[in-house]
Amino acid sequence: MSDTIKLQYTVSTDDFTRAGEASGDVKRKLKKMGSAPEVVRKVAIAMYEGEINMVIHANGGTIDVEITPEEILMVLQDSGPGIADVEKAMQAGYSTAPDRVRALGFGAGMGLPNMKQYSDEMEIETTIGVGTKVTMKVFQT
Amino acid sequence: MTVKEFAEQSGFRIINLADNAGEVLIRQAYCCDLLSIAMTKVPEGAAWVTVMSNINTLAVASLTEAACVIVAENAAADAEFAEKAKAQGITVLHTEKPVFDAALMVHEGL
Repeated sequence: MSDTIKLQYTVSTDDFTRAGEASGDVKRKLKKMGSAPEVVRKVAIAMYEGEINMVIHANGGTIDVEITPEEILMVLQDSGPGIADVEKAMQAGYSTAPDRVRALGFGAGMGLPNMKQYSDEMEIETTIGVGTKVTMKVFQT
Repeated sequence: MTVKEFAEQSGFRIINLADNAGEVLIRQAYCCDLLSIAMTKVPEGAAWVTVMSNINTLAVASLTEAACVIVAENAAADAEFAEKAKAQGITVLHTEKPVFDAALMVHEGL
């Protein structure tokens, strides 16, 4: 029996009605498996922000999650426009989100900084016109 | 104070009363409208007072395990919002009171 649980989610284009479903599902599974509350919270925050980013900026995408007793690995892959200036995008308060997104309570420039803060490791690979891949890890212990 | 007790005492309009509202305890009041801040800061068991009444508010409330959501300032809350609250099992109350006044009512009831 393998100790690894693999999950895959599709994030729809511009569909704010479903954003949070993937992170909600992972959160429920982790709780059921007995992960520490702080670990569950970190994964929920990091993944939810990732989901929202994909809805706002990248025409959706896929999220692959691997859960082991040691860590939770999240790989968020999209075919969006890519991030022109990653360093700038990582600055709290910097945002390129449109007004309609701000009206919903997002677009404060906290998505990527929150993802960085609440994951233990984060890596961004991005190519303009091709897409972005964000890999995040949260350690279980 | 349970969510159900507060719903009854406050007289706030009930948009959705979750099945577990009689058991879930309100531990504190919390106020914020920016969802990216709320996502990281809503304390578990908080009565979250906000004017942001869209379905993403519910997603954040669910992920942070808020005790309930209180929509203040008579902010618009449509049928889709109510349906989603019901589907997700989140108690949502609605009031014309300002955010601070609503949160103070929660605080005084603790």
